[in-house]
Amino acid sequence: MNIQVMDRVTTGQKINLAIADCDIHPTPKSVPVEIYPYLSKRWQDYMETYGIIYRQGFPTGPAFPKGQPNAARRDAYPPGGGKPGSDLDFMRSQHLDPNNVQLGILNPLSCGQGVQNLDFSAAYCNAVNHWQIVEWTSKESRLKASLMVPYEDPLASVKEIDLWGGDNNFAQILLLSRTAEPLGQRKYWPIFEAACRANLPVAVHAFGYGGAPVTGGGWPSFYIEEMVGHAENTQSLLTSMVFEGVFERFPTLKLILVEAGFAWLPALSWRLDKLWNRMRAEIPHVTRPPSELIRQHVWLTTQPMEEPEPREHLLDTIEWIGWEKLLFATDYPHWDFDEPSRALPIRIGKEQKEAFFLKNALELYNLN
Amino acid sequence: MGSSIITKGAIDCDIHPSVPNIEALLPYFSDHWRDTISQRGVHDLQTIAYPKNAPLTARPDWRPKLGMPAADANVISTQALDTFQTSIAICNCLYGVQLLMSEDLAAAFASAVNDWMVAELLNKDPRLRASIVIPTQNSEMAVAEIERVASDPRFVSILMLVMDEKPLGRRSYWPIYAAAQRHNMPICVHAGSAYKHPVTSVGWPSYYAEDYASQAPAFHNMVSSFICEGVFSEYPDLKVVLAESGFSWLPAHLWRLTKFWRGLRAEIPWVDRTPTEIARDHIRLTLQPVDAPPTSEQLERLMDHMGSDEMIIFSTDYPHWQFDGVDVIPEGISGELARKIMVDNPKNTYPRLQ
Repeated sequence: MNIQVMDRVTTGQKINLAIADCDIHPTPKSVPVEIYPYLSKRWQDYMETYGIIYRQGFPTGPAFPKGQPNAARRDAYPPGGGKPGSDLDFMRSQHLDPNNVQLGILNPLSCGQGVQNLDFSAAYCNAVNHWQIVEWTSKESRLKASLMVPYEDPLASVKEIDLWGGDNNFAQILLLSRTAEPLGQRKYWPIFEAACRANLPVAVHAFGYGGAPVTGGGWPSFYIEEMVGHAENTQSLLTSMVFEGVFERFPTLKLILVEAGFAWLPALSWRLDKLWNRMRAEIPHVTRPPSELIRQHVWLTTQPMEEPEPREHLLDTIEWIGWEKLLFATDYPHWDFDEPSRALPIRIGKEQKEAFFLKNALELYNLN
Repeated sequence: MGSSIITKGAIDCDIHPSVPNIEALLPYFSDHWRDTISQRGVHDLQTIAYPKNAPLTARPDWRPKLGMPAADANVISTQALDTFQTSIAICNCLYGVQLLMSEDLAAAFASAVNDWMVAELLNKDPRLRASIVIPTQNSEMAVAEIERVASDPRFVSILMLVMDEKPLGRRSYWPIYAAAQRHNMPICVHAGSAYKHPVTSVGWPSYYAEDYASQAPAFHNMVSSFICEGVFSEYPDLKVVLAESGFSWLPAHLWRLTKFWRGLRAEIPWVDRTPTEIARDHIRLTLQPVDAPPTSEQLERLMDHMGSDEMIIFSTDYPHWQFDGVDVIPEGISGELARKIMVDNPKNTYPRLQ
């Protein structure tokens, strides 16, 4: 491998390479205009009367105010009005075209998942699935949708997966990371079974409201702690999936961890291997070392990319994870967007670069 | 495999004496609490953090035929100190005082445990030191307990669990940190939970292996909390020891925290240096358990990622089963670094050991 650490100045050149962006956030211009057509009268009335109620106290905003309004880049508001991520033409001209995005994975957030009322959650997810096709993927072939499922109701989730399975508008099944119970628990197994049947990877995006405090020791004070804590939350859900034996029960399952960082993975794998060795009698259904299961079944998106000083340290980490396991992502249009030309401030070989920015994703999503 | 490096005069910063049973504590309660314990049938405060017969809880050769491991000074002296030629060992007593719901009951138990440690451990082997057990349920009571025993120089730090009611940087705990700084003691944050919340942010797990695995994410959270709340800006002399935390996770966590600090520092303006720099000055981690990479070359790379040879302090985690024989120093840690870890770094962490 030919590796050279570059100054920021010299790596700032535009990347002409085609990229996959595995984390783009679309949002409806207007819920009544774009989502209501796919909701029954009952759920439209419910929405007007109660709104969307999550496992958190504020109906209109988070208890940790974000770093920016709507967590968005200041320059991502479409000139014609509306929220960042709500205008396809502007997304094309601001992001897809200049950054040469060949494949963009849509991950709608705050779109019906983790809602207290499970029937409403199911109806809303279904509406958002229709909306993604009508407003996005049917208009722009570079974009792929995420199959939204009301994951706290696994049977309704299976119904939704079976409804769309085989529709190539969808690249993956999407869950949020802060579930009500650890994700490996058997309550959720029907979702994994259906995902394997539909031959779709399961992506778990950071965020959501599961009800438990964001740390095992209670609620922190600051947004920065919540944000950083998505990595810890994701480690807990992955630990659950490994020790519950999910990857052995569903040997074709592919798991993508989205927007939770990746540099923590080697240390977690070492810890789980050590515990597995010591406590195998407690978890006899786990028959292979956790690090092997993770290497086989888990991918991670890159944004927000860790930035050690010196930067070479990141190369060690990526090698320990495996270059083939990382999927490039920008998080457009959010404030912590990773700019493709500057996101990986280390020079790597051409082949590795193509894999990192594009081919890993094409391969994983079977889009070669 | 470890490298069997033994350094004479090592300072073991994390060993765990067991309270043999609740009867052993009775002499150290007032009449009221002694009556309460017997009238209400208050049970032993062993916790699910270390199930008595779980493999991790006691190494097979350190497990007695009857009763609790590490439950008397003779056993500890022989097994934990003589074996490793340890000059000083710090007792972190993991009796479940922090789990109690009543502040008053917790304060009574904390005092009883501290007095029991003085009588049964510190007075019996001059090499032993201890962390003060405090009722974290109430900071005022916690400070009162610190003040009650701090004149005994054999208490060298203050013990808290990594998962309590609130993240440990929260301001309501600051009187404890003021007392720690005043008395030249670090705060020892040990693995474990008060179990007032699920141990993971996604709820209660199924298996003990998950409970133990979840300690590491909790340590990440608490490093964030101590730094983001500004504890070290307010108490510039304070050090925090993370005990039984593992350490291989630290570099990646600090990369992430530092990246977010660059984007969000306006939210926490009192954090005026990178979290990485703050951690190097204020955070120390005990050696065991070593969640080590598979090869010694990788461990060498990881030690380079740590960016400091002053952060790790020696521990055996006795009697917990983290390694076999005397292989306490993993391969990949040089003899010179091992010496710093075993002697110099602990001395620089605990002012009361100098």
